Amino acid sequence: MIEIRWHGRGGQGAVTSVEILALAAIAEGKYAQGFPSFGPERRGAPVMAFNRVADLPIKIRSGIYEPDVVVVLDPSLIGLVNVIEGLKEKGILVVNTSKPADYLRKQLNYKGRIATVDATAIAREELGVPIANTTMIGAVIKATDAISLDSISEPIEERFGRLAERNIKALKRAYQSVKFFD
Amino acid sequence: MGKRIGMEVAIAAAEAVALCRIDMAAVYPITPQSHIAEHLSDIVHNGQIDAEFLTVESEHSAMSACVGASAAGARVYTATSSQGLILMHEILPIASAMRLPIVMGVCNRAVSGPLNIWNDHSDIMHVRECGWIQLFAENGQEVIDMTIQAFKMAEHPEVMLPALVNIDGFQLTHMIEPMEMPSQEEVDKFLPERKPFAYLHPDKPVSMGCFNMPDIFMETMKAKDMALRNSKKTIIKVWKDWAEIFGREYQPVETYKMKDAEVAIVTMGSMGETASVAVDEMRKAKMKVGLVKIKLWRPFPEEEFKAAVKGCKTIAIMDRAVSFGGVNGPVAAEIKSLFYHEQERPKIVDFIMGLGGRDVRVEDFISMAERAKKKKEDTFEFLGVRE
Repeated sequence: MIEIRWHGRGGQGAVTSVEILALAAIAEGKYAQGFPSFGPERRGAPVMAFNRVADLPIKIRSGIYEPDVVVVLDPSLIGLVNVIEGLKEKGILVVNTSKPADYLRKQLNYKGRIATVDATAIAREELGVPIANTTMIGAVIKATDAISLDSISEPIEERFGRLAERNIKALKRAYQSVKFFD
Repeated sequence: MGKRIGMEVAIAAAEAVALCRIDMAAVYPITPQSHIAEHLSDIVHNGQIDAEFLTVESEHSAMSACVGASAAGARVYTATSSQGLILMHEILPIASAMRLPIVMGVCNRAVSGPLNIWNDHSDIMHVRECGWIQLFAENGQEVIDMTIQAFKMAEHPEVMLPALVNIDGFQLTHMIEPMEMPSQEEVDKFLPERKPFAYLHPDKPVSMGCFNMPDIFMETMKAKDMALRNSKKTIIKVWKDWAEIFGREYQPVETYKMKDAEVAIVTMGSMGETASVAVDEMRKAKMKVGLVKIKLWRPFPEEEFKAAVKGCKTIAIMDRAVSFGGVNGPVAAEIKSLFYHEQERPKIVDFIMGLGGRDVRVEDFISMAERAKKKKEDTFEFLGVRE
């Protein structure tokens, strides 16, 4: 089972990301959960959302405290929220940033695996808005084997209709350009 | 077996209601029920079903409208949470006294104050004595299934009582997970059209919900109690019918690894799944612990519960509501009175847990079972509270 914790700000679409990821995993025949941090929604405030993906039925319904993957949608949260809290030693931190990985390592005092992608820049180019939630799914797919790239299109098409194509393009660019640092 | 699809559980609940071909829904939105209200409204507005969606000004009106429509012979649904359920409270026993088969989803949330929108069972415990059939769903699939089953239970000519399905707020309502959605043909095969015993119609005038003088009120109350108690056999029959069509079996009390168990953890609702993971871990560590899940809360399945814990020395109860100033929590109260007459009583240890969205983890169930086993006598405590 893979457990993923997403950090974003209210309005940036972290909940949409976990929904799309869970739907894609379920469409593949896997078992998955997608859920928000169950807080009052406030635009701009730090929020979390969660995914579990597994090959067998998922019985556990408590929160996620020791994730395998942490996704940071908004790099301005680093320093405000302890994004690496509980992240497994062999886990991976996937950050939307234009900064180098070493900069993040110093900022977080973190020695584990990092994946970076400038998802905001991609989103600006492809979607015309700095909303990186769907784009970041591409980086998460590359960073984990939770789901395959092929299965992500359908839930995005269902959710975004005519805007789906651009979202999928942005997602695929993030998939191709994400960089890994051990 | 149908195909598993991913969906938010609240949306799935609304889709299940649509499959039941309701005539009317009167719903006032409240967190965490809102997605049921919104999606059901969409379903009616888009013409997916031929039904009336009544936008009422409060939950009191929602339940009043349900009473009126149900009395006129319609199949009706509503859903609410917490403060909304309490605002409805005045009408709930009237619906059961009038023997109206209304179905309601209760998206369980803490009762204010202080204000808290998260999950526990204090709302349903406030209206425990409303005379309704009360089911507890453990996962999204059970939410779909029980919502459909509730109509058949409620409308059965030997029952004719309202029924509600407890759906843990957020823990279930806001969860995206895989479920099988029955087809319309399957639901049509399972759930016949409602055939009311009596209904309001200008051509055939009847009086319903009459005033009771002291010389008849007690008889009416006894009749209502008997009706609810007798509904258990129909509820079990409905679950058998369900298993035949859909292959998923339901029982008033479900057990997990209870054979040879010395400690039984008792849960209601969604936390049964997390508790089952704790039981697996304790079994690996050679602890003889099992799990008993109450699926039918009213009428309380007395024989089934006794059979489920037979031979077990310690019962560790998870109570998710406080009976302020009472002897212990509401679930423990029920179970202790069940064993009062027994010569050999199990030790009954009550834990208040998971109030107002406080997360309950696998470790908490393990700690609960270990503490319960060590106790010398029946006790009552809040688990995991900072002091």
